[in-house]
Amino acid sequence: MTEQAQGKIDFGQQVLKEINEPTPEGETHKRSFWSTISIPLLAILTGLIIGAILIAATSPTVWAAFSESIWQGFGQAFTEIGKAYGALFTGSIADPAKIVNAISTGDPRDIRSAVNPFLESLVQATPYIFSGLAVAVGFRSGLFNIGVEGQLFIGAACATYVGYAVTGLPAYIHMPLAFLAGALGGAIWAFIPGLLKAKTGGHEVINTIMMNWIAFRLTEWLLSGPMTRPGSGGMPLSPLIQDTAKIPQFFASPIRFHLGFFIALAIAWLINWLLFKTTWGLNLRTVGTNPRAARYAGLNTDNSIMIAMAISGALAGMAGGTQILAVNHSMALGLSSGYGFDSIALALIGNNTPIGVILASLLFGTLRNGATRMMVVSAIPIDIIDVIQAIILIFVAAPAIIRSIYHLKQPKVEETQVFLSGWGGK
Amino acid sequence: MNKRFITIMTVLILGSLVLAACGGTATETEVTKKIKVCQITDTGGIDDKSFNATAWKGVQDAMAQLGVEGKYLESKEVADYEKNLNAFIEEKCDLIITVGFLIGDATKAAAEANPDMKFSIVDYTYDPPIPNVVGQIFNTDEAAFLAGYLAAGVTKTGKVGTFGGLPIPTVTIFMDGFARGVAYYNQLKGTNVEVLGWDPANPDAGLFSNSFDDQQKGRELAVSLMDEGADIIMPVAGPVGLGSAAAIKERGNAYLIGVDSDWVLTSPEYADITLTSVMKLMDSTTFQVIQSVIDGTFKGGNVVGTLENKGVDIAPFHNLDSMVPAELKAEIEQLKADIIAGKVSVK
Repeated sequence: MTEQAQGKIDFGQQVLKEINEPTPEGETHKRSFWSTISIPLLAILTGLIIGAILIAATSPTVWAAFSESIWQGFGQAFTEIGKAYGALFTGSIADPAKIVNAISTGDPRDIRSAVNPFLESLVQATPYIFSGLAVAVGFRSGLFNIGVEGQLFIGAACATYVGYAVTGLPAYIHMPLAFLAGALGGAIWAFIPGLLKAKTGGHEVINTIMMNWIAFRLTEWLLSGPMTRPGSGGMPLSPLIQDTAKIPQFFASPIRFHLGFFIALAIAWLINWLLFKTTWGLNLRTVGTNPRAARYAGLNTDNSIMIAMAISGALAGMAGGTQILAVNHSMALGLSSGYGFDSIALALIGNNTPIGVILASLLFGTLRNGATRMMVVSAIPIDIIDVIQAIILIFVAAPAIIRSIYHLKQPKVEETQVFLSGWGGK
Repeated sequence: MNKRFITIMTVLILGSLVLAACGGTATETEVTKKIKVCQITDTGGIDDKSFNATAWKGVQDAMAQLGVEGKYLESKEVADYEKNLNAFIEEKCDLIITVGFLIGDATKAAAEANPDMKFSIVDYTYDPPIPNVVGQIFNTDEAAFLAGYLAAGVTKTGKVGTFGGLPIPTVTIFMDGFARGVAYYNQLKGTNVEVLGWDPANPDAGLFSNSFDDQQKGRELAVSLMDEGADIIMPVAGPVGLGSAAAIKERGNAYLIGVDSDWVLTSPEYADITLTSVMKLMDSTTFQVIQSVIDGTFKGGNVVGTLENKGVDIAPFHNLDSMVPAELKAEIEQLKADIIAGKVSVK
C-alpha cells in the first residue's frame, strides 16, 4: 500500500480527518463546552434565518405587498415568516391554545391532540437516531458507510418477514425476534463490504453504494414477488405484520409514540459504552484514527473493520425494523425518505458521539414534524426543511463561517495530528 | 463565551418567541366557512405528472369553480401517510383525499377511527365499502375501446399490439377494451385487424412485462411486437411503456398509445409517435366527490369514472392529428356517444 501523497488531500480525507479528531475529554471538555455547543446552535439559528428569508422571498403575498409599498412588504414578510415558524413550533412542540383547550375540556381526545406534536417529533427522530448511530460507528472506526440506506431496507425486509410469517409466538418473544431479525439483516448486508475491505482492500464507499442498489432491487423483487400481499395483484406491498410483532405504541390515535424511541436511547447508551468505555472500543477507535499504529501495536485491523461494519449495519437494520414494527406495520417501497443519507449529515452535526447523534436526531425529527403543520397552515413546501437542514449542515461542517459571522474566537484546542486510512487504502 | 454571543442569542430567542406568538394568533383568525378539501399525495409527490397531479387538478378546479379551500400534504415515505392524515384530521378538513393503492391501509384506519369525517381515495376501492370513504375507480375499458377502434382504423399492417405490466384487473381492463374496440371495428367494416399480445377470451396467453419499471423489458416487448408486424402498440405498464416508446421512435414506422395520462403532455419527447392516450381523469372524479360533499349527497362506496362523466377519455391526437381521417374522427365521436347512451357495449 502506498502512503498518502503529502500535499494531496482530497475532500473525503478532509472529512474523515475532521471527524476522527478525538473529542476533548476531562478538563479540556469542560473548558470548551460553550465553544462546542455554540457552533451547532448558531448554525441552527442561521439556518432558520436563511429559511425565513426564503419563505418571505417565495411568498406571492409578500411580493404583492411589496408592490404596494416597501413597509407593507416588510410587514407582510414578517407576518408570513411568523405564521410559518409559528406553525413549525406549534406543530412540533406544542400549541398553547390547544393545551388551554385540553385543560378546560378535559376530553381525553383533546389532551392527546395537545401533547401529540412533541411526542410525534420523538417518533420522527427515532429512525434518525438508529441510522445516525450507524454512520457514527462507521466514522469512528475510519469507515465511511454510505450503505446505511440499503442496510435499512434489508433490515426492514427481514423484520417484516419475521413479523408476518412467524405465527403463534407470544408478543414478548415475537417482537424482539422480529427486531433482532432486522438488526441481523442489516448486519449481514454491511458485513459483506466490511469483509471485502478487510480481505481485498475493496473500498467500502464504492461497495456500500453498490450494495444499496442491490438492496433496493432485491426488496422490490421481494415485495412484488415472494413477500407480496395476497390480493394486492403484485403491487409492491407486504402483508401486515402480526399484532404480536408490533412494537407497542403507548397511547391511542393520533399519538404514535412507541417503545422504539426508548430502545433507540438504550442502544445509543450501549454504543457509547462500547466505544468509549471498553478496550474493544478503544481498539476500534485506534484503528479508525491510525490503522498503521494500530497494526504496529498488534491490533487485528481486519477484524475491527468487519465488526465495525457489522455493528453499523445492525444499527441501520434496527432503523428499518423499528419503522416497520412500530409505525408502518407493513413494508412498501417508499419505506424511507432517505434516512441513510440524511444520517451522514446528522452524524457530522452530532460530532459522531451518541449523545450528539441523539440531539441532532431530535432536531431533524422536530423540523420534519413541524414542517407538516407549516405546510397545512401556510402551504410552504416541506422541501424548505431540507434546505434549512442543508444550511445547518454547511455551517456545522465549516465552523469558520459561523465564527466569522458571529465574531467568535477560534477555540484553543490543541490540534492532534491524525493519520488516517482515508480513501487510498487500509 | 463572550458577551456579544449572549446578546445575539438573547435577541434571537426573544425574537423567535414573538414570532411563535404571532403564528398562534394568525392560525386562530384563519377560521372560515369555506369547505376545506385536503389532499395527501403518495410518495410520488404533488407534481408527479400522474395520479397525484391529476387529482390535485380536480381540487384546484373545485377551488376555482366551487369556491372550496384546497390544501395538500406531500408524503416523503410510508410513515408520513398516517402523520399527514392525522394533521388533516386535526385541521378538521371537510374532505380528505388520498391517492393510490399504497395509502389504502392508512386511509382505512383513519376512516374507521374518525367515522364523522369524509374521505376519498383515488384508484382504490374497499370491499366491503367503508361508510365514510368514497373509492374512485375507472371504467377504463370504455376509453380503451375507442382507442382500439382508432388503432384498427389507422393501422397499415393490419396488426396492432398491446402488453401489460402484470395480469391484474386494473391492467387487463385496458387490454380488454382495446381488443374489443378492434373487434368492433372488424365487425363493422368487415376488416380483419389482428390484436397481438391480448385476447380477452384467452387471458393466459397475454403478453406481460411482469414489471412496472423495467424499461428495457418494455423495449424488448415493443421490438418483438413490431417484428411480428404491429404498427400501433399500447403498453399498459406505467413507465415500462417509455422503453417501448424509445424502441418505436428508433424503428420509426410504428405508433404508440399512452395510458393513464396524456403522454404527449407528460413525455413530449415522444409526441411525434404518440397517437393518443387512454386517460384516467381523476380530476373529474375528484371534482364529483367534492361536489357531493357540498351538495350533502356524499355517501360511502365508489365513484366510477366513465366516458359520460369524463372520468375516462382518450387524449387529443396532437401532432398526429393529420394521420386520423376526418371520417374516422366522426365515427369515434359517434361511438363515444353510443357507448354513453348504452347502444354499444364495451364488455
